[in-house]
Amino acid sequence: MAVSSPPIYDRLSLRQRLALRGIDGVTILVLPAVLFLLAVFVYPFIYGLVLSFTPKEGGAFANYQKFFSDPFLYDTILTTLWLAVPVTVISIALALPIAFRVRLMTRQRLLTTILVLPVTLGTVLVAEGLLNYLGPQGWFSRTLMLFGMIDRPLKLTNNYWGVFSSLIITGFPFTFLLTLSYVTGIDPALEQAAATHGAKSWQRFRFVLLPLLVPGLAIAFCLSFVQAFAVFPSAVLLGAPAGPTRVISIAAYQAAFEQYDYSMASAIAMIMATVQLAIVVAILAIRNLFYRGSTAGGKG
Amino acid sequence: MLLASSPFQEIRLDRMSRAFGSHNALKDVSLSIRKGEFIALLGPSGCGKSTALNCIAGLLATTGGGIFIDDKRIDTLKPEDRGFGMVFQNYALFPHMTVRQNIGFGLKMRSVAKAELDKRVEEALNLVRLQGQGHKLPGQLSGGQQQRVAIARAIVIEPPLVLMDEPLSNLDAKLRLEMRAEIRRIHNQLGATTIYVTHDQDEALSLADRIVVLRDGEIRQVGAPSDLYERPDHLDVAEFMGYRNRLTGKVVSIDSARVSVAVGNATLTGTARDTLKVGDSAIVAARADDVEAGQRSENTVEAVVETIEYRGREFVGTARTAEGLELVFHAPQTAALGSAIWLAIDPARALVFGA
Repeated sequence: MAVSSPPIYDRLSLRQRLALRGIDGVTILVLPAVLFLLAVFVYPFIYGLVLSFTPKEGGAFANYQKFFSDPFLYDTILTTLWLAVPVTVISIALALPIAFRVRLMTRQRLLTTILVLPVTLGTVLVAEGLLNYLGPQGWFSRTLMLFGMIDRPLKLTNNYWGVFSSLIITGFPFTFLLTLSYVTGIDPALEQAAATHGAKSWQRFRFVLLPLLVPGLAIAFCLSFVQAFAVFPSAVLLGAPAGPTRVISIAAYQAAFEQYDYSMASAIAMIMATVQLAIVVAILAIRNLFYRGSTAGGKG
Repeated sequence: MLLASSPFQEIRLDRMSRAFGSHNALKDVSLSIRKGEFIALLGPSGCGKSTALNCIAGLLATTGGGIFIDDKRIDTLKPEDRGFGMVFQNYALFPHMTVRQNIGFGLKMRSVAKAELDKRVEEALNLVRLQGQGHKLPGQLSGGQQQRVAIARAIVIEPPLVLMDEPLSNLDAKLRLEMRAEIRRIHNQLGATTIYVTHDQDEALSLADRIVVLRDGEIRQVGAPSDLYERPDHLDVAEFMGYRNRLTGKVVSIDSARVSVAVGNATLTGTARDTLKVGDSAIVAARADDVEAGQRSENTVEAVVETIEYRGREFVGTARTAEGLELVFHAPQTAALGSAIWLAIDPARALVFGA
């Protein structure tokens, strides 16, 4: 019988070499998502960016020059920030104490469902509802007048406060859920340890809970802010779209669909994106100054 | 350190109770703890020992009875106003603070001046042998080091009472022994009054001045470690103290404290722990250490070897009697599986309880 030579092991198969680089069969499943992203995000973004530099008339930067020389246009940035920032800060400020209370409850699900409901209603329905509720003939003003707390109906719609309340109502559940997940992520033993070592409730919040929450709250701020910054339906329906709530998305809409200047509209969209990005980057930079590790008290 | 001179004489639990709905987790727990004593609360899981500790710490409200330091009632105070130190099972170190900030936390909350705070934190670091680790975050330390930080954090405030909730249960076997010696050393050095919760009888026996055995929320026995080990009052306490062999039979004769019990064909003699009379059914309880394989003689029972393990200095095995009772025994030499052997039970160490 012939003696067969020993097998040679120094050559790896193609599959083994790919696996060493972290590529296996599952990697192929990522392809649809990559194609989708390229088609609906990367391509339109680059298209819009190029479009914004090819204005109807003038040089490459004409759209941007026009935007930053017309107060009717550049003021929309401040108008939008003036809505988005207070709405985000107040949402978080409201969500935090509620999350601290809900954390201790055994029946979290019911409350969470009630709080999350506004998300499912959609901004238009909420806007219609608020228009009736907060309007001059709405229950809110009528109730206050009934108790003699005011003489005339309060003006709460078709101005800043209409948009403000609508943004709070639709944005709060989202902020709350995020905040709740960060709050419940903190080991309750840490607060107990702080208490037994003499920290009063304010000190426990200030020295133990808040520092551990800051990174999570920063993320919640960024996401809520971006959502509020893109406000459009409620600014039109509940606000004064020609004046105090002429937000940046309205400016972009008017450029695109009233003046048919898609190049200008793209430029406004790019400016909008840049402002959002600047705020988000600033918040994340501040977040990096804080402790971001595990919020457990030990090796568990 | 000033711990031993904290001005109080005793801490008293007076019928302390805690109910969760209709379930009584603690029932009328009364105990006096002298200053400087090391008390172990020992019991199986669910016996109420952690509930008791949390009630004393103020993390859980009591539903009955009171807690006193001398004549001052403290169970109405919030945890932050009781001024105790506490070591948690999972350490509960503040992950965003350095070791030094963690240890100094209690002092900072008490508005201790910076210079004094630094000095005391440094002393505490030395005491738990973590010199040079003060700048690290807890996440950079090993489990044993984290536990040292937790201990330092609890004792640096010089509390009248230190509470420890199974502090060693998250450590591996070797570290557990080391930290046990460490806790004992720190206690000897500071003399801090300590309540230590554990389900490990070895820990309780080696650390405590007095052990409190809890079961179903009630105190079963309180005593020095040697009392509980040698003279448990109840069968369940005995089981917890390692009396794994339990042989049921009828009392045949009584000679003062010595009671003989007929178990199957054998007659076994032990020390009575309950009042018994001839004809009562009784249980003979013995530790594996007190059941030795050997020749047929006084106080022996025959059994068939089922398992045998090498334990270094000796062998430990299980054997079954003709009546089907399983016995844990020790032996100087190995024995063949399935072979019949005679097990001798030391009458001075076997205990007889009423069944």
